[in-house]
Amino acid sequence: MKVIVCIKQVPESTEVKLDPKSYTLDRSSSKGIINPFDVNAVEEAMRITEKLENVETIVISMGPPSAEEALKEALTYGLNAAYLLSDKAFAGADTLATAYTLAKAIEKIGNYDLILCGKQAIDGDTAQVGPGIAENLNLTQVTNVKKIDFLDEKTLRVESELEDGYKVIEVKLPAVLTVTKEINIPRIPSFKTARLALKKPITKWAAQDLDNIDKSKIGMDGSPTTVIKVETPTIQKNTVFLKGTPSQIASDLIQKLKERYFI
Amino acid sequence: MSIKIIKDKCTGCGICYESCPNDAIEFDENDLPSINENCTLCGICIDQCIEGALKLEKEEKFVKVNVADYRGVWIFVEQNNKTISKVVFELLGAGKTLASKLKVDLAAVLVGDGIRDLTPLLFQYGADKVYLVENTKLRDYRTIPYTNVLEYLVDKYKPEIILFGATKQGRDLAPRLATRLKTGLTADCTGLEIEERNLVQIRPAYGGNIIATIKTQTARPQMASVRPKVFKMPELGLSKDGPLIEETIELEETDKWTKVLEIIREAKKTANLEDAQIIISGGRGLGKPESFKLIEHFANCLNACVGASRAVVDAGWIPHYHQVGQTGKTVQPKVYIACGISGAIQHLIGMKSSDFIIAINKDPEAPIFKVADIGIVGDLFEIIPELIKKLSE
Repeated sequence: MKVIVCIKQVPESTEVKLDPKSYTLDRSSSKGIINPFDVNAVEEAMRITEKLENVETIVISMGPPSAEEALKEALTYGLNAAYLLSDKAFAGADTLATAYTLAKAIEKIGNYDLILCGKQAIDGDTAQVGPGIAENLNLTQVTNVKKIDFLDEKTLRVESELEDGYKVIEVKLPAVLTVTKEINIPRIPSFKTARLALKKPITKWAAQDLDNIDKSKIGMDGSPTTVIKVETPTIQKNTVFLKGTPSQIASDLIQKLKERYFI
Repeated sequence: MSIKIIKDKCTGCGICYESCPNDAIEFDENDLPSINENCTLCGICIDQCIEGALKLEKEEKFVKVNVADYRGVWIFVEQNNKTISKVVFELLGAGKTLASKLKVDLAAVLVGDGIRDLTPLLFQYGADKVYLVENTKLRDYRTIPYTNVLEYLVDKYKPEIILFGATKQGRDLAPRLATRLKTGLTADCTGLEIEERNLVQIRPAYGGNIIATIKTQTARPQMASVRPKVFKMPELGLSKDGPLIEETIELEETDKWTKVLEIIREAKKTANLEDAQIIISGGRGLGKPESFKLIEHFANCLNACVGASRAVVDAGWIPHYHQVGQTGKTVQPKVYIACGISGAIQHLIGMKSSDFIIAINKDPEAPIFKVADIGIVGDLFEIIPELIKKLSE
């Protein structure tokens, strides 16, 4: 069985690196990391190798050359091999072009049974590339998967999250699954697997290395959506600050809530 | 295609360097910037540059269809077990505005089994017409057959815009369909407008640190998933009638369809955050997971729901369904009390529309105070117990 995990390198945090005055991204302490949901996909691939025999695991990423770091890190979890899709021609790709490019690479790798993706990347938050890969490869898809059980080599029973519960779904392989944080708790790679990872191959493919690729479908040219503008939001209210002892503050606050009939 | 630096305009101020999320801008010893191979053409630097010294050189090549052939605004009607999701009505409201600007009809697309009775409600909430596809094989939502049905309808009737709720189902179906139709899809929009017959799609990205405006100019239909609770529920109109366009589509089940074995509705562990009147949220300032007990206690006094920031959910202090913010829930309670939450933009985006916001934080510089009506700079472990005491009296 061959499991292919798709990962994305994202800025380390989208949460703390904001200059509170100018509201711009503070890049001073930044480095790329594997998108957190994709780490769950990597972990799930490793768990499959522990459940079944003869499982080959591959990790793939499209991105700038620096995305190689994310692939190296993914290999430390114990996956077998990595592929990096990097080419100026891929830059500016929206989700349609990204899914097409990844699908072309997966097609070239071939003989896949299961493709795992994180449910979404924390930078773009689109959750569109997984289903896009599935459509390009004409595969079945289940998104927001929080549990995978193998009924046999070709049949899975998975749990897919809903707003108010979950669905239990039977899926025939090959398939694309996107996984949530709930599916597992990723391991800390051991020193041994991390050292072994150094010897594992990272194959680099540019656009010309992919078979039958339609150049009008990749990068910005292949992207129907265009980002017209990007703004950093500014919010400012006239805040009334309550002062005094904790007891006074508490009384003032309750008073204000009562004045407005909130309580 | 690349981002070009206009050297005459550049003052070497470094704002572009600060703004780049990909470390793609470098400065040489003469303080001149250059763009390296890490550039993903995201365009953030262009917006940030106050001198106008950056521009995107681009040729528009994505021409797939004659956009004038496509007319009308469609809303995909998500229904589960014959109950229409609330977001559908919000979309009918938003879609009505778009359709009037475009001077076209607003259509609801209803797909399922035994759901005919839902059509009057769609007309009442503003649909001008309803497309109906019924088939026993469409009883439970499944990606492939639903995609097949919508592909058939789009090919036949050619709408210019299709909106989906940005729900689990909507965000499973829309990308599959958009890929099939080879058109653009913008995820989780928080604003929609019309400009020269194009749909202007507004959405937060990078954890809400930026707001992007996106168009699909040369492909059709223009597709977007729209975040629930962003658009107001429209008023229920008088009952009216309109054209019901019914299609019978032959569907052949294959292995690719998946089998829905069971749907488990979990009893809510907390009241629904989205419907809460009062929310009390805790963040990293609580210091440790056990401190959520204090928040819960406080919430009980006010009959409120407990919310949380992404940081503490990521840290595993509290389950994800408490999360408020860009990747969590967008909430709009009457009162929102943020306790020990610094207020990353991604959190603010999810709660800033609350009617009355109270922030308790030790750090007077915390961004949460920018959106607060009432700010309390102090120790939440001193203030909340006082509040609990006084509220219990």
